[in-house]
Amino acid sequence: MKNLVILGAGTSGTMMANHLIKKLPKSEWKITIIDQYKTHYYQPGFLFLPFDIYTTKQVKKNGKKFIPKGVRYIQEKIELIVPEKNKVILEEVGELTYDILIVATGTKIAPEEIDGMKSPKWYKNIFDFYTYEGAKALRDKLRDWEGGKLVVHISEMPIKCPVAPLEFAFLADSYFKNKGIREKVDITFVTPLDGAFTKPKATKALHYLLEEKNIKEVTDFNIERVDFENNKIIDYADTEVEYDLLVTVPTNMGDALLERSGMGDDLNFVPTNKATLQTKDYENIFAIGDATDLPASKAGSVAHFEAEILTDNIMRHINGEPLKEEFDGHANCFIETGGGKALLIDFNYTHEPVEGTFPFPGVGPLQLLKESRTNHMGKMAFRWIYWNMLIKGIHIPFVSATMSTKGKQLEEVNT
Amino acid sequence: MNKTIAQATISVNEEGYLTDFSQWTKEIGEEIAKEENIDMSDRHWEVIDYIHNQYKNEVALSIRGIKKSGVINIKEFYGLFPGGPLKKCTKIAGIPKPKSCI
Repeated sequence: MKNLVILGAGTSGTMMANHLIKKLPKSEWKITIIDQYKTHYYQPGFLFLPFDIYTTKQVKKNGKKFIPKGVRYIQEKIELIVPEKNKVILEEVGELTYDILIVATGTKIAPEEIDGMKSPKWYKNIFDFYTYEGAKALRDKLRDWEGGKLVVHISEMPIKCPVAPLEFAFLADSYFKNKGIREKVDITFVTPLDGAFTKPKATKALHYLLEEKNIKEVTDFNIERVDFENNKIIDYADTEVEYDLLVTVPTNMGDALLERSGMGDDLNFVPTNKATLQTKDYENIFAIGDATDLPASKAGSVAHFEAEILTDNIMRHINGEPLKEEFDGHANCFIETGGGKALLIDFNYTHEPVEGTFPFPGVGPLQLLKESRTNHMGKMAFRWIYWNMLIKGIHIPFVSATMSTKGKQLEEVNT
Repeated sequence: MNKTIAQATISVNEEGYLTDFSQWTKEIGEEIAKEENIDMSDRHWEVIDYIHNQYKNEVALSIRGIKKSGVINIKEFYGLFPGGPLKKCTKIAGIPKPKSCI
């Protein structure tokens, strides 16, 4: 019997278990998946939780439900990976050897990386919304908040779901409008990049959104520390931004397991071949989703496309065939713009998001890089698709793993 | 679009970043720096070398990366490339500006 071990039962790990159980002959392969947490969260829902658009029940389920029969599911903390000896060490179970290992341990927020962020004011007037706890605490805060300076802030790149902070600012505008207190709230978006939108076509097409919603931008802001006593964030150029309520996206880091195992980069992400998803250092270790150092967005859609290609590559690896260099960085993201509308973007390593129709060229029904109500319905429908299709590894019809250029206005793309 | 600089024709995007790194030379970097009111010293070039190295290894540039590089500390980095240091040094180095996804 050979062993395939998956570390992490989040979006990527669960998808891989579902794909591989169908492909690997049961008489030869045993699949094991390990995760210390019982709950599987619908992470895109964390954006909606603070605004009471989703309830807590809508964003979490028991993870076990999504692990297919025939896969051994171990709920335990992983102590160490010993890649030279092809084994994983667990707290209780002890050692587990593998023939193939898939690292799907994701990314976490690390607020302790920024001086003063994880202070006595953490979850008092400094919040994240990238965790269930943070999003829920922020929801409770917003329910009673009477207004003031709201600062939506990105600490440093890369972050999971890079558009989420902007969506948060858009939804906050709608939320306070609906509450009738928009004029009492000053919204500022603070980013280390040189704009809320950083790609030329998107900036051109979307900058009006910030103006229309009266959201101020502070750019090129590389945070040095949070002065939690005086309610301001300060960057390396000594620029200060004052807040009454700070909603920050802390530094994102890969799991500390990778640091302990000597397999991560500066931010504990695993160096991974961007086309094949094989790790750069070990030929029988593959990585997927947020855990990799790929120059792609850290997002569920990316993990979904990666999973289809990684499944093929694992089969090729087992059969001794060369791996397919096929992953192109494809991402497909809905962006909430508030007021019941959303945008849709579709892009990859080399093509920036452009206007067009999706998934049927010239037909749609979804419009790329344009606000519409249909796109918003798409985003809302996605929660059902996530729980019922995506993590179960069911192919989403008409959406290919690699990006299609059909139905897109690509003439100006040259970056 | 094309731009003539240091007796060479290079292609740049609308913000003046090179779109083809193979066209870059040290002289071109020097001229771009002048346009940004930066007079390149050996110290500046050490930073650019580091940045080129990261680019070749496809490592995304960040302030954290600079901090851990052992090449320079952040205050000095801001001192050498005032304003947006990552933005300015990538422009001088002839590589793309750090980006988000949209």
